[in-house]
Amino acid sequence: MDINTFSAYSYFFLIIFLVVGSYSYIYHLYKNRKDASGVDYEHYSNMALKDDIGDAPVKPMPDEKKK
Amino acid sequence: MENRPLEYDYTVAKMFMLTTIVLGIVGMSIGVFIAFELAYPGLNTIFGKTIAEYTAFGRLRPLHTDSVAFGFTVSGIFATWFYVGQRVLKVSMAESKFLMFIGKLQFWLYVAGVAAAVVSLFMGYTSSKEYAEFEWPIDIAIVVVWVLWGVSIFGLIGIRREKSLYISIWYYIATFLGVAMLYLFNNMEVPTMLATSPIGETGIGSWMHSVSMYAGTNDALVQWWYGHNAVAFVFTVPIIAMIYYFLPKESGQAIYSYKLSLLSFWGLMFVYLWAGGHHLLYSTVPDWVQTMGSIFSIVLILPSWGSAINMLLTMKGEWQQVAASPLIKFMVLASTFYMFSTLEGPIQAIKSVNAIAHFTNWIPGHVHDGTLGWVGFMIIASLFHMAPRVFKRELYSKGLMAAQFWIQTLGIVLYFTSMWISGITQGMMWRAHDEFGNLAYSFMDTVNVLHPYYALRGLGGIFYLTGFLMFAYNIYKTMSARPVEESELQNASPMGA
Repeated sequence: MDINTFSAYSYFFLIIFLVVGSYSYIYHLYKNRKDASGVDYEHYSNMALKDDIGDAPVKPMPDEKKK
Repeated sequence: MENRPLEYDYTVAKMFMLTTIVLGIVGMSIGVFIAFELAYPGLNTIFGKTIAEYTAFGRLRPLHTDSVAFGFTVSGIFATWFYVGQRVLKVSMAESKFLMFIGKLQFWLYVAGVAAAVVSLFMGYTSSKEYAEFEWPIDIAIVVVWVLWGVSIFGLIGIRREKSLYISIWYYIATFLGVAMLYLFNNMEVPTMLATSPIGETGIGSWMHSVSMYAGTNDALVQWWYGHNAVAFVFTVPIIAMIYYFLPKESGQAIYSYKLSLLSFWGLMFVYLWAGGHHLLYSTVPDWVQTMGSIFSIVLILPSWGSAINMLLTMKGEWQQVAASPLIKFMVLASTFYMFSTLEGPIQAIKSVNAIAHFTNWIPGHVHDGTLGWVGFMIIASLFHMAPRVFKRELYSKGLMAAQFWIQTLGIVLYFTSMWISGITQGMMWRAHDEFGNLAYSFMDTVNVLHPYYALRGLGGIFYLTGFLMFAYNIYKTMSARPVEESELQNASPMGA
């Protein structure tokens, strides 16, 4: 197999991989709705909407003590 | 001091807001001037033939592109980062003396780098690579500034209270990594002082002149991998970071679909890096690279429109805000221009369309509906949103802002319509031939036909620049007006009449 054939095959399989990868990601996001820590993805919008320094974080750092 | 409640510290953000505005004025003024030079070539020597070297189109063009891209836009990226970064990570710059020092150091080194770039480009020092004209000592300074920005990003992330990273942070990180990779690889260069001639002479070059480490077609490939992805990681990715923060914040609406924002992010990251080959269609690069460039450009519509539709749908049920607030108008039109230019770009990347479009005015037309409409409007809107919050003052004038919006929109329309018509005219005239294959038109025939469109383009530039000066004045008056906002502002920015 020469380099051109090899790059053609790699190109083809890369595309297949990216298509399968991205559709699996869509399926995963919309099926689970929540991430591994149980937070609904849509709640992450609140990171922008409630961003005063005194607002409660959507997902606080584990070592963050109450101020 | 001990008893004061913790507040976000916008010192560095304010510093970069200043350079955004100053370098915007510089870059856009040069742009307007060189647009008129193309329409009226006499302007090349308007200040006398002795200094024509400094006023000629060729000398000024890189100053225009570099000052709007690396001056105005990059300053806007830094200014918004030092604002958005703190807020969505819920940590103040005031909490870390180290990060505050790094931020200020980054600013002053950036200013020194900009000064060196402006002076050296004016003097004619250039590596002759488009959007990468800076000679190697300035490249090194830029790398240092960029690394300092990286320290700021990851330093702030390191001391955050919010565990998850908001989507805008993903985009800022991608900007940092993307530009770092592109800049390093495309600017691999050797000072000619170190070169040896074929007959063995040494020391005949110059320390202030360098040549690329790549040659010929390889150099072109690396250059356009860089050039197109500079569009990706300077004009697209960080601007999406801005709109994902400022539009929801200003409108008080949650992002339409946070899941779609994640999906579009990965889509954009995977696809964008492969599209640069479309700059080299019908050139000496391998045919498969050209085809790949075309195909990936078409695929790029999906993630681009994913982000843009997500932004427009964020306004769902709240469209009255577009009518009521000129600030929301800027952002909604910015995302509309984003959709528009991310459809236009892929169309131009189709080989048969490119056969007409390549090297014509349609290309700068496309670039400018992206940069003026999407990048410029979004940075302007971001600074308008930030101003009342960082200066703790009501925005000086809503009326002035609304007038600016319409004047600049008219400017953009004049710009891209004139460039569409002249570009397609140019492309068709270059290709026209008689039944024996003789070209129907000479180069001068095209120049004569295009003249009115060049003048119209310059007029569009004047409109946009006028609007930008109104913006600068509005921000200046906001800064210097009496303080009125005591508490943290939630959503819609307060504006004077």
